[in-house]
Amino acid sequence: MKSKEGEILLKVENLSKHFPITKGLLRRKIGAIKAVDGISFEILKGETLGLVGESGCGKSTAARVILQLSYATEGNVFFKGQDLNSLSKEELRKLRQQMQMIFQDPQESLNPRMTVGSIISEPLIEHGTFRGKVLQDRVEQLLESVGMNREFANRYPHEFSGGQRQRIGIARALALSPDFIICDEPIAALDVSIQAQVVNLLEDLQEKFGLTYLFISHDLSMIRHIADRVAVMYLGRIVELASSKSLYSRPSHPYTQALLSAVPIHDPKREKKRERIILTGDVPSPADPPTGCHFSTRCSMAKEICFKESPNFRKASRGHHVACHLI
Amino acid sequence: MLNNNSILKVNKITTRFLTQDGLVHAVNGVSFNLKKGELLGVVGESGSGKSVTVLSLLKLLPMPPAEIVSGQAEFEEQDLIQLDVNQLRKIRGGKIGFIFQDPMTSLNPVLTIGYQIAEPMRQHMGLSYNQAHKRSKELLELVGIPNARNCLSSYPHQFSGGMRQRVMIAIALACNPKVLIADEPTTALDVTIQAQLLDIIKRLRKELGMAIIWITHDLAVVAGMADRVAVMYGGFIVEEAPVEELFSNPKHPYTLGLLKTIPNLEGKRAEKLESIPGQPPNLLVKPLSCPFGPRCNYSFERCNRENPTLIDRGKNHKVACWLNADSGERL
Repeated sequence: MKSKEGEILLKVENLSKHFPITKGLLRRKIGAIKAVDGISFEILKGETLGLVGESGCGKSTAARVILQLSYATEGNVFFKGQDLNSLSKEELRKLRQQMQMIFQDPQESLNPRMTVGSIISEPLIEHGTFRGKVLQDRVEQLLESVGMNREFANRYPHEFSGGQRQRIGIARALALSPDFIICDEPIAALDVSIQAQVVNLLEDLQEKFGLTYLFISHDLSMIRHIADRVAVMYLGRIVELASSKSLYSRPSHPYTQALLSAVPIHDPKREKKRERIILTGDVPSPADPPTGCHFSTRCSMAKEICFKESPNFRKASRGHHVACHLI
Repeated sequence: MLNNNSILKVNKITTRFLTQDGLVHAVNGVSFNLKKGELLGVVGESGSGKSVTVLSLLKLLPMPPAEIVSGQAEFEEQDLIQLDVNQLRKIRGGKIGFIFQDPMTSLNPVLTIGYQIAEPMRQHMGLSYNQAHKRSKELLELVGIPNARNCLSSYPHQFSGGMRQRVMIAIALACNPKVLIADEPTTALDVTIQAQLLDIIKRLRKELGMAIIWITHDLAVVAGMADRVAVMYGGFIVEEAPVEELFSNPKHPYTLGLLKTIPNLEGKRAEKLESIPGQPPNLLVKPLSCPFGPRCNYSFERCNRENPTLIDRGKNHKVACWLNADSGERL
């Protein structure tokens, strides 16, 4: 593990985000979509925590709530020991410099009417004292650190390919020298041969600037490569959290096991012999999650208790946490 | 021309798009042979021409801007490229079935599932409404949709992505096609749903015995499904081989690079991912040299001068490269 003496950078406590479902003229609340339903974890300084799950499991919502881009229904987020809920708007704005985000779709997260230079310099002008030549130098330096030519500052996003645009997004996130970056599916929209380039860049930058990542992805093999620890989400809850090594060699939760067995591997000989756990049915709606364990409706091992009580998130072995009645 | 065990023979298809920026050379003389009952995987990144190749076969491209410049596609003693739209309509959805990438946009939102499955059978097989309805129910059961009877009267929006893709498969299979073309059918789906669908296709293939062209960007999907794999880059097939041969003994630098860039799910974790430097080729430039040349670690002078052709190097392993990967000899 890359962390230094296990210093906690970010702590999430029982975080929930429910979106109300309303009906009628008076917008009466008739229910809630429980996008994130009580998740807790810690991220240590300098490490990469991977967050995996299928679409709709709440991983992106969790990221947005952590950065206070949308408000939590319940629970707290502590960054460097400070409770983000207790901060005033101005204090939060200042703290935002240290927490940045890289978005999934580089096509949509860059303003097409701004030059690359102005996209990258915007946070510097907003938060910093950079002006004139110093600002220009900083932009060029950032472009170079993400492996792009300094002359590109005067061009527009549409002139670049997907991989290059994602590099611009990374340069923007790096502009204010943050400590913590949330990477929300940064490679999902990229081609395979470009994915490795971007992941290698993110790893180099982490080493160079001592960054801490929350890396969100649905690509289990890429998470295995980049993350020190991995959290698996299902229907708004974390079902398993462990070191990358332990999670991939000894997955404990039935969902993690099914998820790992569903990923095809690029070796025809092994692929033919592999036993697959095929889950039946679809993910239930977060507006009406099953009572008890959220996974109970698709779990082949479910017992009576699984349908009644929701399992606690507890320690199975050192550093390996699971939410399952059967373990 | 066709020998007995081949069902579709594609010869030097070239497709271009006339755009505002100029001529886009999407597919440049692609040839392949699909055998009876075989699953051919076509792998490539976006812009490699894999979709345009198969869409050209049935002229499912907007023309203009698309233009099929040359080539033949022999299917049941006819050249598909020479057929007019009315003749092609008899084949599309009938003897050649299609599954598209996005199940959200390829189903008609205002027609019931039952109507959409029955439509090709009434068109191609001349079944009555009742006959088609009965068979629709059987088809839905075949692709593993529970409670098939009720589903027939539902609309696409009531279904999840995985279920819609099952409906698409049912439509494609409705007229017992000889060839099924699947264009990235699982790309928009989650891994656990993808696993369900791959399972269904494997089972149906055994039961129905059709030939399949499976287009994907995911080498791992092809590894478990295909008999033979063609790798495309910049509008060319750069390598083609039986699946085990391709994965154990890749000969084109692009395939080699691609296999190395994918992180492992098992075994040792690599310190650093290998990556292919540079960007995909600009298709506006007429490809006169090797399309992979600028990104290739092994390229030499001839690669920038001449485009290599696909040559059989034994064991049905075809490669388009001026370097002989086995001997290291420059051709």
